[in-house]
Amino acid sequence: MLKTFPKGGIHPEENKITSSKAIKKMPIPKVVYVPIAQHIGIPSEIIVDKKDKVEIGQVIAKSGGFVSSNIHSPIAGTVTKLDMIVDTSGYKKQCIVIRTDQKNETNFEEPVFPLKKEITMDQKDILQHITNSGIVGLGGATFPSHVKLDLKNDNKVDCLIINGVECEPYLTADHRLMLEKADEIIVGIQILMHALHINEAVIGIENNKKDAIKVLKQAAQSDKRIKVAALQVKYPQGSEKQLIKAILKREVPKGGLPMDVGVIVHNVGTIFAIYQAVQYNRPLIERVVTVTGKNIENASNFWVKIGTPIKDLVEEVGGMPEGTRKIVNGGPMMGKAIKNTDVPVTKGTSGILLISENEASRQEAKNCIRCGQCVFVCPMGLEPHLLMNLSEKGLYERLASEDAMTCIECGSCSYVCPSHRPLLDYIRFGKSIIKKLNTAKN
Amino acid sequence: MADPIIISASPHVHSARTSKKVMYDVLYALIPAFLVSIYVFGISALILTSVAVISCLVFEYIIQKYLLKTKVTITDGSALITGILLAFNLPSNLPIWMIIIGALIAIGVAKLSFGGLGYNIFNPALIGRVFLLVCFPVQMTSWPTAVENNLTLVDAVTGETTLGIIKEGLMYGETMSTISEQLPSTMELFIGITSGSAGEMSALALLLGGIFLIVRKVITWHIPITMLVTMGVMTGIFWLVNPEQYANPLIHLLSGGAILGAFYMATDLVTSPMTKKGMVIFAIGIAVITVVIRLFGAYPEGVSFAILIMNAFVPLIDKYFKPRRFGNKIKSKIM
Repeated sequence: MLKTFPKGGIHPEENKITSSKAIKKMPIPKVVYVPIAQHIGIPSEIIVDKKDKVEIGQVIAKSGGFVSSNIHSPIAGTVTKLDMIVDTSGYKKQCIVIRTDQKNETNFEEPVFPLKKEITMDQKDILQHITNSGIVGLGGATFPSHVKLDLKNDNKVDCLIINGVECEPYLTADHRLMLEKADEIIVGIQILMHALHINEAVIGIENNKKDAIKVLKQAAQSDKRIKVAALQVKYPQGSEKQLIKAILKREVPKGGLPMDVGVIVHNVGTIFAIYQAVQYNRPLIERVVTVTGKNIENASNFWVKIGTPIKDLVEEVGGMPEGTRKIVNGGPMMGKAIKNTDVPVTKGTSGILLISENEASRQEAKNCIRCGQCVFVCPMGLEPHLLMNLSEKGLYERLASEDAMTCIECGSCSYVCPSHRPLLDYIRFGKSIIKKLNTAKN
Repeated sequence: MADPIIISASPHVHSARTSKKVMYDVLYALIPAFLVSIYVFGISALILTSVAVISCLVFEYIIQKYLLKTKVTITDGSALITGILLAFNLPSNLPIWMIIIGALIAIGVAKLSFGGLGYNIFNPALIGRVFLLVCFPVQMTSWPTAVENNLTLVDAVTGETTLGIIKEGLMYGETMSTISEQLPSTMELFIGITSGSAGEMSALALLLGGIFLIVRKVITWHIPITMLVTMGVMTGIFWLVNPEQYANPLIHLLSGGAILGAFYMATDLVTSPMTKKGMVIFAIGIAVITVVIRLFGAYPEGVSFAILIMNAFVPLIDKYFKPRRFGNKIKSKIM
């Protein structure tokens, strides 16, 4: 039996169309739009000005506090504007606009990074490099990575889990990265184990990526401390709490962090970024993005510079297919629908999904027939039908007492509801009100 | 201009499951039992079912359109199912006007007056049946027996149900060994060559449909299996203590609508609990009440009463038997 988490979960159509497409380099964009709030936490502070010349990897916005991150210029060029543009959140956010210097050779020479296995830095240097390189969780949560690594001396973290689950349908960015950069990922894991004094690491991969499991097992052969766990295909296994439960059978307490059960979880993409930061001092300026959809001609995976407008990507795969009604930044289960393709790729963009008419429109919500499916599939053991009801009626105190705040917003309930009820919409809304009420109280 | 881009919150995909599909799965599951009822009772079963279904649909239409002035929802399949289940719970020779009254009570009182699909507390078909049972006890308990020529109307031939024979026999002081001579064999009970309500006849056909429902994930095993096992264990204990006073568990399980109730009536999505723990409690409650009514009550069989009584407890069960919350009551410490 393959490991998995015990309660709830669904198995949506996988649609991993691009899993055999090698990651291509995107051509250098003419202009990049780099938002300064690409991560969870405090936005970064802009330290460049209009007309400034910037180099690749130069810090253009500096970390605004502990839970924040540096942002580096993805290209060499000139800052043309400091502007407000709509980003993936749908709101206007401050953004640094950089025009690529077409004459600057550094933009076009292919940097070569041969595998570098020796870890020469000590713990402090490693953490310093990760902090400086602007690395955030690349699985989509974009939590600044150095915060997770800042362990107190009395920490009891004994296991590092690498998240290679990629349970979202359609997305294959992590899958391709694992296939193509397996050795680098293993070194990245060793770097973290070295820095945090951890002696056990498990890479969790769902069994629909058998080739990645094989490749990583091979790459990890020389290091007995690193194991690869094949997991049953079940959404939302990529969620930290579910992944820890699946692999170690440890349960993160309500309101707690993985650290509370002695675990740190990092996405494979993050691990690769850490490898590059530590071994080659290369900041996070590009990432793998899956551009996909059922009607796209050349759906594929790309190395994309942060700040590249999504329309460049859409053009690269053959243009917007006829009848596209929804553009999703991320996967179909948790991704955000965006208004147009002017929005730039950020550190958290794992995929761009173009959805056509029949899948994009929601059906009319009908009466709840109390079938209980939402309760069965909720991985957190909540009762979505009840939470929706309470949120609809404005009973926020009861909503909070029914543990609405532990909802991970995976969307399994809305996905499965035969009456097409917008369960997660109401739960999200209720959660935001509870948050506001709590801040008002304090 | 091209169609506008849709902005909505995640998730952006949906399982193809719809309420309608769920309802139609229930419908398919009822086909084998329906065929058996036609085979056993002839054309009267067909008439009964058609009348029940048509009157349920018509009442739902009339009440929603003219009385409540809301959207008419007769196409969602739920009134259709109520009609079939109502018919399955009635003797096939019941006068047509009584069937129509039963449908009116089921749809008008038990379903729509509570707010329609999803809001009713009690199983509509069972409310219809119990209403008729209380108002017309004679007609509701004279059952036609299986006929040779299954295309004739069979009002004349009436017989008692298995449980009815047992109850009456015990009342007159007979022992189980003498009574059992008049009973159909276990095999006959299983296949459905006996007398009783139109759809409760064949355990085999009902089980086929029930398994289909579980495979299609319309229902889970929790309610039917828990209910039947509890009934079997309880009646088994009584039977072991005194086999002359109490019928054996197989007779109980195969007659009196136990299987129909377990797979189709108790599992009604709307009127059963929503958590698996709750379902188990609910099913145990039904089984206990059924057995108590059958062994010690005035009625020979008690599945419908038991289900209705437990329906009333569903809100409470849902409130107190919640799913285990992830990460709850776990100490924030490393093992």
